[in-house]
Amino acid sequence: MKWIMFIALLLVSGYSYAQQQINVFACEPEWASLVQELAGDKANIYTATTAFQDPHHIEARPSLIAKVRRADLIVCTGSGLEVGWLPLLLRQSANPKVQPGQAGYFLAGDQVVRLEIPEKVDRSMGDVHAEGNPHVHLDPNRIAVIAEALSKRLVQLDPINKIFYEQRRKDFLAKWKTAIVKWQQQARLLEGVSIAVNHNSWVYLFEWLGIQQVAVLESRPGIPVSASYLAQLKHRLADVPVKMVIYAAYQNDRAAIWLGKEMNIPVVQLPYTVDGADNVVDLFSLFDVTIERLLRALEA
Amino acid sequence: MCHMKNLTRIMLVNLLIWLSLAVHAAKVTSNEFNPAISLILNGTYSQFSNDPDDYVIPGFALAEETGPGEEGFSLGESELTMSANIDDLFYGSFTAALTAEDSVEVEEAYIETVGLGKGVTIKAGRFYSGIGYLNSKHLHSWDFRDQPLVYRAMLGNQLADDGLQVRWLAPTEFYLEFGIEGYRGEGFPAGGAASDGKGSTTLFVHTGGDYNQSNSWLAGLSLVNAEALDRETGDPAEIFTGDSELVIADFVWKWAPNGNPKQTNFKLQVEYFMRSENGTYQGNPYDADQDGYYIQAIYQFIPRWRVGLRYDSLSADDPGLAFAGTALDTQGHDPERWSVMLDWSRTEYSRLRLQYNADDSGTESDSQLYLQYVMSLGSHGAHSF
Repeated sequence: MKWIMFIALLLVSGYSYAQQQINVFACEPEWASLVQELAGDKANIYTATTAFQDPHHIEARPSLIAKVRRADLIVCTGSGLEVGWLPLLLRQSANPKVQPGQAGYFLAGDQVVRLEIPEKVDRSMGDVHAEGNPHVHLDPNRIAVIAEALSKRLVQLDPINKIFYEQRRKDFLAKWKTAIVKWQQQARLLEGVSIAVNHNSWVYLFEWLGIQQVAVLESRPGIPVSASYLAQLKHRLADVPVKMVIYAAYQNDRAAIWLGKEMNIPVVQLPYTVDGADNVVDLFSLFDVTIERLLRALEA
Repeated sequence: MCHMKNLTRIMLVNLLIWLSLAVHAAKVTSNEFNPAISLILNGTYSQFSNDPDDYVIPGFALAEETGPGEEGFSLGESELTMSANIDDLFYGSFTAALTAEDSVEVEEAYIETVGLGKGVTIKAGRFYSGIGYLNSKHLHSWDFRDQPLVYRAMLGNQLADDGLQVRWLAPTEFYLEFGIEGYRGEGFPAGGAASDGKGSTTLFVHTGGDYNQSNSWLAGLSLVNAEALDRETGDPAEIFTGDSELVIADFVWKWAPNGNPKQTNFKLQVEYFMRSENGTYQGNPYDADQDGYYIQAIYQFIPRWRVGLRYDSLSADDPGLAFAGTALDTQGHDPERWSVMLDWSRTEYSRLRLQYNADDSGTESDSQLYLQYVMSLGSHGAHSF
């Protein structure tokens, strides 16, 4: 009898809690952070992945199904990044609010112009996305566009707090635009610099800062780096002024470290997203730390 | 029979032409209005020390086509799946399999509600039952070439039938789902569509969650109540009519450092089956219990490479002298099996596997060696837990 009451209590507490705040399911930490900026304590945010997980390779775990079941809004990247797990979560959740086409379904990638949309897609090319490169959060200008759209979505879902959300959006965008100017000034030295990357996750950052991506250590996206391909790459890069090799916190560092040693260039771990390094606690510090680490490697 | 085969061939050819047109129209990218199509290609080279045609598990009345498979080169079950959202409320999926006999079989064909609300999902058609952990998994996501002995002996590899399923996902912080199913009663351990085509029912509950960032788990308890009407086993057939009641307890634990399975990961899986059958077997009154379990561990030690170890055990009541010489005669033997496997995946879409079984499910030990490929092409598969 006691356990029945316990379950009943859990159910009741679940319902009443949901009414006070918007339950947000963020697929990646960058979107959890953006919702935090725009909604503050009006949102109860759950982040499905961490900076140390590869967002391509997540399983539809029981815990995630339970969270989507209770969500009022899901905020994900889209563009095929979560294709292996998000559709399954949505189907299993039986939650009508967050299905595609509903107000509770928000894909950040759909709000902006994406780069590298392929003419043709074939699996022999590796894990390429027909919708283009999904790592859009590494361009702060695109974040600003996404923030506008996301804020409108919050208003749509919770119109009573319209003024609150609009004020937060204005405050965030003002701070954000100031920060963009600061970052661009700091990063002037990076313009035109040649960099090798572990996985093709940085095109938006590089496009913004004018960095040249000269090599990708994975021969094809999503296929682990092979020794023979690395040797070829080293040979090919012999005459290229590569300044550094970078990889994300969630990726294996072995290939990057090998190439760094062989070519005698700095190897830089970038946070890639919020919580990807100790001092990266929000979107602002994500770009602070990213630029700081790139500059430090350039000086080395 | 020959006419039937030709017909299925023609159907298959038509299906393939249609498929190639659909793929062409969709330019390989996922087109929202065309169904997602995925084709699983599966083939095996097998070598056994015993003749697989003589395969029996003493004490267990087996379903048709359950055993170690064919020797030599053979095409395993290659599957073609088409699925899509039908509209905002319904999802549909269809899987046809090319069986070892070169015929096409409808493995699954169902519709399912999407976002019905209140945590309720309704599924109707033919589908794999939600009981246990492994029952609803398609062959391409199995970690071994063959099913555990409990599934082989008590469910004819997998329970699938025509029916209706209702699931309810509780609005709790952790995962808790209840399910109830009603079936026609053709799928083993049922048979003969008893009770006017409402021959079996199941109940199940699954719960699970994250222990911490690196560890997750899933556990379940399932009940199957199946009526068998003239259910046949073996050749010449032995006939069973009666009730088959099955309880399954399952548990899965997964580990990946920081929850990132890409480099290394580990999976521990256990299922326990307990069954009671009573009725008449070959005209004699029969009432006996059987149970069994398997435990398996899969370890990805470096990217792309995994090793696996599995132990299977079964045990059956001695049904008495009246059943001497039938499939139910245990011959004083407790079936068991050890399996080891090594597999390699170029990407998540391709897999090559080497497996060895030391199989004591029969009275005479059998060494079974499998070399298998499982490849998927077409739409991106789902990463289910």
